[in-house]
Amino acid sequence: MSYERPKLVKTFVDINYMLKEAPRKQHFITGAQAMAEAVKRANVDMAIAYPITPQSEVMHLVADAFHQGHVKEYYRAEEELGTMSAIAGASRAGVRLFTATSGPGLLRGLEAIVSWSGHRVPAVLGILTRVVNAPLSIQPDNIEMAYMMHCGAVMLHAENQQDTFDMTLAAFAIAEKVDVYIPVAVATEGFFVTHAKGYVNMTSDELALTPFDAIAAPVPAMDNETPPARIQRDAPVQKSNFMSYLIHAVWQQEIWDCNKRAMKYVYEYLGGPIEVQNPEADVFVVASGCAAAQAREAHRTSRELGLSVGLIKVRAIRPFPVDEIRATVKNAKALIVPEHNIIGWLAQEVKAAIPNGGIVVGGPRVYGGMTLPVELIMKEIHTALGLEFNLKL
Amino acid sequence: MTKRVTQGPAGYMPQSAPSMGVELAPKGQGLLYGNVVTEEEAMRDAAIALLTMANPTIFPGPQILWDWKDDVAEKAAALLELASEIPNCKIIPMPDYRPKYPKIDVKAEINPNHPNLTILDNKIKACIFIGVHCHYANLTLRMIRAGTDCYTIALCAYMGHEEAMASINDLHASDLRKFKEIIIEERKKLGIEWTTTEPPRNPSLPKEDNSTLSPVDYGEYRSLIMTKKGEHVTDVE
Repeated sequence: MSYERPKLVKTFVDINYMLKEAPRKQHFITGAQAMAEAVKRANVDMAIAYPITPQSEVMHLVADAFHQGHVKEYYRAEEELGTMSAIAGASRAGVRLFTATSGPGLLRGLEAIVSWSGHRVPAVLGILTRVVNAPLSIQPDNIEMAYMMHCGAVMLHAENQQDTFDMTLAAFAIAEKVDVYIPVAVATEGFFVTHAKGYVNMTSDELALTPFDAIAAPVPAMDNETPPARIQRDAPVQKSNFMSYLIHAVWQQEIWDCNKRAMKYVYEYLGGPIEVQNPEADVFVVASGCAAAQAREAHRTSRELGLSVGLIKVRAIRPFPVDEIRATVKNAKALIVPEHNIIGWLAQEVKAAIPNGGIVVGGPRVYGGMTLPVELIMKEIHTALGLEFNLKL
Repeated sequence: MTKRVTQGPAGYMPQSAPSMGVELAPKGQGLLYGNVVTEEEAMRDAAIALLTMANPTIFPGPQILWDWKDDVAEKAAALLELASEIPNCKIIPMPDYRPKYPKIDVKAEINPNHPNLTILDNKIKACIFIGVHCHYANLTLRMIRAGTDCYTIALCAYMGHEEAMASINDLHASDLRKFKEIIIEERKKLGIEWTTTEPPRNPSLPKEDNSTLSPVDYGEYRSLIMTKKGEHVTDVE
């Protein structure tokens, strides 16, 4: 039995209207639903997926969105390397692209994903983080983000369902700027955000972002009926002479310059790469993703106890807000960095960002699916302030 | 003004201008040596460079070489007008971005993978890039700054280029005509006598005759030849 997808008539709006002005209604939905709802409104030309377990529901929900007529094309690839390679291929046609994966799926697709930036692929990638270590597990843990941090992509980290919705929409606009034009990853924690419900203020799904403009691009798309595009995008630069090496070197520089240029759009669309509470504090809790939700609670509790504690929520992991964090913590005595992974990639980033890295407390850390009780953060806060804390869990 | 981005050679491994803290200028303003200035200030400095430095050359890229978009023909015509006001200006195209092996014809074209060959062989000390896709323009400009002492000017339809000594963004044909008028003004101030003359024909290009084109003439690009919608082509390779 064939099914004819409905042809939806939507009103096209720009990202600033969509994010800042369009009327919103409150919904009680999961993080996975929030990401898929953003995709519905993003006027996506093609979504490609291999929704293996452990995934989230995101790509299943995007498939529903395709069925409902919100997404123009949906393609199920053979596995994640195929998915991510197909994203790169589809981008040659000059279209708006979305995919999502998690944990082992992300690592399987990584070979292709790390080439996206160099190929100037402005796709949006949802990362719904899961354990990747052996023994095999499907529990939440964001260690996979550490593998993504050095491929040139812009990386946003959502604290909750609302962030997931807003950041996913903003990601399309950031990725498609001519001076950026690299992939933007929106990460959030599997289960804790993807499977949990929260309040999300959403715009109407009758609104959609203005269509992808394949002309406004820093590289030609492979539209063979348009003469300037009769050009190979990826020059075979592997020939052995000095200039060939130099083109590769400056090409790599260009990708990180693009990443740096994305910062102004993080300010424009998301209000900046960090959120700061109590900027005069002696001790800050610095956190990203759903660890920021626990950090926020620790900050609230600390304020009730009269402790000099501030909060820095890090929204952008790449470009990393070095200047912003350095300026905020210039008088701080200690920085507590709670994380959902064993290596402490955020603590490492924060240490590298400030001249006095010794004030960074690398923890508390939970991983392998463990939750992050606020009491663990409170214990570190009390220790940093030279106070006793009777930890009971 | 502190000059942050200057003529090279910057050296073996150049630091990129954005990593030195240079940011793109807002719409309607220009960049000069890495600083945000008025569009006119950038154009005036660029004009003086084109009038006083040896072998000024314009490098048009694919986006202005083909009549592929509504505004391009007018822009290309304005570029020729501008070129004709720069004494002894040459036009050397960057028609595509593939590396040219075994050897590029440096009199005929420039290529982003080894732009220095064209700059050095022709002893070009001031140049304009226009119509080159931004990614390739940035790479080219950085490599030229790394290995040559050429003054680079970027005329960009989008957001401009940090790597150029002078950069104009959001470029339209009217901006090219404004730049031309500034060149004429500066030329008069410098006392340079010049009769408006178009640049010479590219000496390496054979006389064009498209009447007998066949797929074979497209060489390595022949696989990219596609029919237009509704067109039925019987003559194939």
